[in-house]
Amino acid sequence: MSLTTSSDVIGKATPDQVMAPATKTVEIDSHSINFGPQHPAAHGVLRLILEMDGEVVERADPHIGLLHRGTEKLIEYKSYIQAVPYFDRLDYVSPMCQEHAFALATEKLLGIEAPERAKWIRTLFSEITRILNHLLNVTTYALDVGAITPSLWGFEERETLMEFHEAASGARLHANYFRPGGVAKDLPAGLEDKIAAWASTFPKFIDDLETLLTNNRIWKQRLVDIGIVPAEMALAWGFTGPCLRASGVPWDLRKSQPYEMYDQLDFKIAVGRNGDCYDRYLMRIGEMRESVKMIQQCLAKMKPGPVKVQDNKITPPTRAAMKQSMEALIHHFKLYTEGFHVPAGATYTAVEAPKGEFGVYLVADGSNRPYRCKIRATGFAHLQAIEVMSKRHMLADAVAIIGSLDIVFGEIDR
Amino acid sequence: MADIAEIIAALPSVTKVELEHGELVAHADRAGIATLCEALRDHPELRFEQMMDLAGLDWPQREDRFQIVYNLLSVSLNHRVRVIITTDEVVPVPSVHTIWPVATWWEREAWDMFGIAFSGQPDLRRILTDYGFEGHPLRKDFPLTGYVEVRYDEERKSVVYEPVKLTQDFRNFDFVSPWEAMTTLPGDEKAKRV
Repeated sequence: MSLTTSSDVIGKATPDQVMAPATKTVEIDSHSINFGPQHPAAHGVLRLILEMDGEVVERADPHIGLLHRGTEKLIEYKSYIQAVPYFDRLDYVSPMCQEHAFALATEKLLGIEAPERAKWIRTLFSEITRILNHLLNVTTYALDVGAITPSLWGFEERETLMEFHEAASGARLHANYFRPGGVAKDLPAGLEDKIAAWASTFPKFIDDLETLLTNNRIWKQRLVDIGIVPAEMALAWGFTGPCLRASGVPWDLRKSQPYEMYDQLDFKIAVGRNGDCYDRYLMRIGEMRESVKMIQQCLAKMKPGPVKVQDNKITPPTRAAMKQSMEALIHHFKLYTEGFHVPAGATYTAVEAPKGEFGVYLVADGSNRPYRCKIRATGFAHLQAIEVMSKRHMLADAVAIIGSLDIVFGEIDR
Repeated sequence: MADIAEIIAALPSVTKVELEHGELVAHADRAGIATLCEALRDHPELRFEQMMDLAGLDWPQREDRFQIVYNLLSVSLNHRVRVIITTDEVVPVPSVHTIWPVATWWEREAWDMFGIAFSGQPDLRRILTDYGFEGHPLRKDFPLTGYVEVRYDEERKSVVYEPVKLTQDFRNFDFVSPWEAMTTLPGDEKAKRV
C-alpha cells in the first residue's frame, strides 16, 4: 500500500522559484507471510498466505490440498467393505464417527438395519470418539495458546480411551470397526465394566482440566471476543457442530434428526451465546460432560445379542461356521473378493461427528463398488471462513481462531 | 415432507421432485439455479439457510455428462433437500456464492475435480490438487494412478515430476459374474407359467 501526498506548492511556484515537485511517498508496511505448511500451530499441513498490515491480518488465503490423497477416487475403485478404512484416515482423531456415516449410508441403500446391540455399540463408541476428539482439540488448542499442562494431562486420558478402541477393534486409531450391517465384532468380555469404571472417573478429570483453563486469566485474554461469528454468518458459512452452537444456534443432528439410538438417550446440548473462540471451547467441554452421561446410559441399556445382520451376503460368517459349512466358506470368499452389490440409488447421510456434520453422498449403480462417494468434510467449510474471521485480528489471534475451529487436514484434504 | 415437495415443485425452473429413500430430491434447470437457490433460502416455508455440500458426478456416457448436486439444510425448519442440475464440459453453471458464501470452496473443488465451470465465481482456482496440476482427477476417464509422479532428485537437489511408472500394470477386476449378470435366463418364462 502506498500513499502519495502531493503538496500544492507546484501551482503557486513563480518562474524564478524553480522547485522540484514536492511529492512524498509513504510506504505502509504491508507484506505477505507464509504461515505453514510446517507450523506447529497450523494443526497439520495448512498453508496460510497472510497479508499483513504490520501485525494485523488484512487477508488470509488458506492453501489446502497438501494432504490430498484422492480418497473419493480410491473409494470408486474399492468394494464397499474395502472403502471403510479410508474413512478412518479422513479425520484421524475421530475415526469411528466417519465410518458411521458411511455405514449408515450403505445400510440405507441396501435397505437393512443393524441389530439393536450393534446400534448401542455404535452409539457408545461414537461418544467415546467424541471425547477423544474434544480432548485432543481442547488440549492442543491450549498448547497453541501457550499452556502445556492440559495436553500432558489430556493425552494420558486419551490413551485410556484408545485402549477401549483397541480392545473393541484391535487398532488404537484406524479402527475399521463400524461396518455396513453392524460392527466388526462384539465387545470383548469385561470391556463394558472397564468403560463404566472409566466413565465414573472422567467427570473429575474434566473438572481438573477446567481449573487449568476456564477461568485462567491468560486463556480468557487470548480467547474471549476473538473471532466472533454471529449466528447468521455461521449459517451462511456452513458452520455445524460446536462452532455453530457456539454462535447460539441450537442445532445438533443427534437431537434434531436422531439416528442410531440417540432418540433413546437423555442428554442436553450445549449452546453458546457470543460465538467467539472462548464459547467454542466451552461447547467442547460441555459436550464432553454430556458424552460421559450418554456412555453410561448406553452401557446401562445394552443387552447381549447379535452385532451384525445375520445375512452372510453382507456380513461375514463366523470363523467356526467356516470350518464346518461349505456355504459359509463360499460366503466368506465371495464377500472378501467381490463384496456385496448395492442396488442403484443415492443417499446423503450425515452424522453429528465431533467437529460437526459429517456427510456422505453415496451413489450406487448396482455394482459392488460405489459409483461416487462424496465426502462432506466438516472442516472444509470451517476453514474457508478463516478469511472473514481473522480479518483485522492480530497474527497471534489467527492462531487462536485456527485452534478453535478444530481443523484436521486428513478430513479437509481427503 | 409432502407439502415441502409441493412448494419446491411450484418454484421456477424445477423440473421434477421425488423422494428417494425418504430424502427429498429436486431436479432443476441449470440456467435458473441461482434464482432457485435464492428462493429456496428466502421462502418462509423452506428457509434453507445452509448449503451443506456440493457434489459433482461424472456420467461420461450421458449427453450432459456432469451432475451437480446441492445438499441444502434448513436449521430452523429441520428439513433437507437435494437439488440436482446437469451440465457438460463447456457450459458454465451460475455460481451461488452470493447466496451462501460457503459455496466458493465447494465450487472450486468441483472445478478442480471435474472441470465444471461456474460463471460469476471470482475465485475459480484449483483447491485440492498440486500447484500446476493438469487434468480433473475425479472424471471417470482420469486413470486412478494419474499421469505424473514426484520424487526427490539428488543431483538436481529438488523435487522432480516424472511420468508415472508402474512396476505392475494397474489391475481392474471385473466382478460381474456371467451368471448374475444375466437377470433373465433362457427357460425363465416356463417357470412363470402355471
